[in-house]
Amino acid sequence: MPGFFYRTGKTMDWVKIFSAILIVGWIIFLWPRAKHWMKNSPKAKEGDWMAAILPLAAVVGFVALLIMMV
Amino acid sequence: MNRLDFTATQSIESTLSTNKLIKNTYMLLSATLVWSALMALVSMAIAPSPMISLGTSLGALVVLWFVLPRYANSAAGLWVVFGVTGLLGFGLGPTLNYYVALSNGGQIVATAFGGTGIIFLALSGYALSTKRDFSFMGGFIFAGMIVVMLASLAGLFLDMPGLHLAISAAVILLMSGYILFETSQMVNGAQTNYIMATVSLYLAILNIFTSLLHLLGALGGED
Repeated sequence: MPGFFYRTGKTMDWVKIFSAILIVGWIIFLWPRAKHWMKNSPKAKEGDWMAAILPLAAVVGFVALLIMMV
Repeated sequence: MNRLDFTATQSIESTLSTNKLIKNTYMLLSATLVWSALMALVSMAIAPSPMISLGTSLGALVVLWFVLPRYANSAAGLWVVFGVTGLLGFGLGPTLNYYVALSNGGQIVATAFGGTGIIFLALSGYALSTKRDFSFMGGFIFAGMIVVMLASLAGLFLDMPGLHLAISAAVILLMSGYILFETSQMVNGAQTNYIMATVSLYLAILNIFTSLLHLLGALGGED
């Protein structure tokens, strides 16, 4: 999520340190929800993963198409 | 009223409240995206330092963490949502300025913008029309997010362009899965708060946009 700050090529140390603080903040923010869902996710039924993988594969194909277009 | 009538009434009420939730979420999401884009334009015009941009993002995180949960069930929550999305939009300014300055920067930004819109509308439409429960993906998505965050942290101090590209690709996949997950949460009644749903979908869209921008800039442009 905060990755776009260092992707701009700015390599000053304080930017990196501040980015690291931001990333750690996001990890702490996400951790309770991650823990909850890792423990309490319902089991997938037959065909559920396929129903999720197909649109995600379409996204991969679409992104590849966009990269070729630019 | 017999049991059959009671069940039918409950079902109609549930469908109506789900439809209202979805309508409110998409209306608020549209408004916050427009607001966020305006703030990004202001930020591009001002061209603040990356530190200011980081500061606004940290401010948004603090508001998300401490303020939003308190006001999510009241009308004041709307102001908080606009505050968060405004700060995050403003934080995008330096990134957009960087890409716009590339030789084909305008095309990269426009493609990332349009591509994000198409991905969101297609996935959301798919989750709404299939009405399938994607909550089984919750553990996978959140564990993936934590792994991506840790990889981003490592990427800050390791000069590995390949790692940054892999992170961007993983973020697009995870956030796409998250759109399916969050939309199905709304459809199936697990998410009943349109303010929280809006913020979740907004963050997914923002992450897809910035990651797509990075991928297009690196693989299609001159990153």
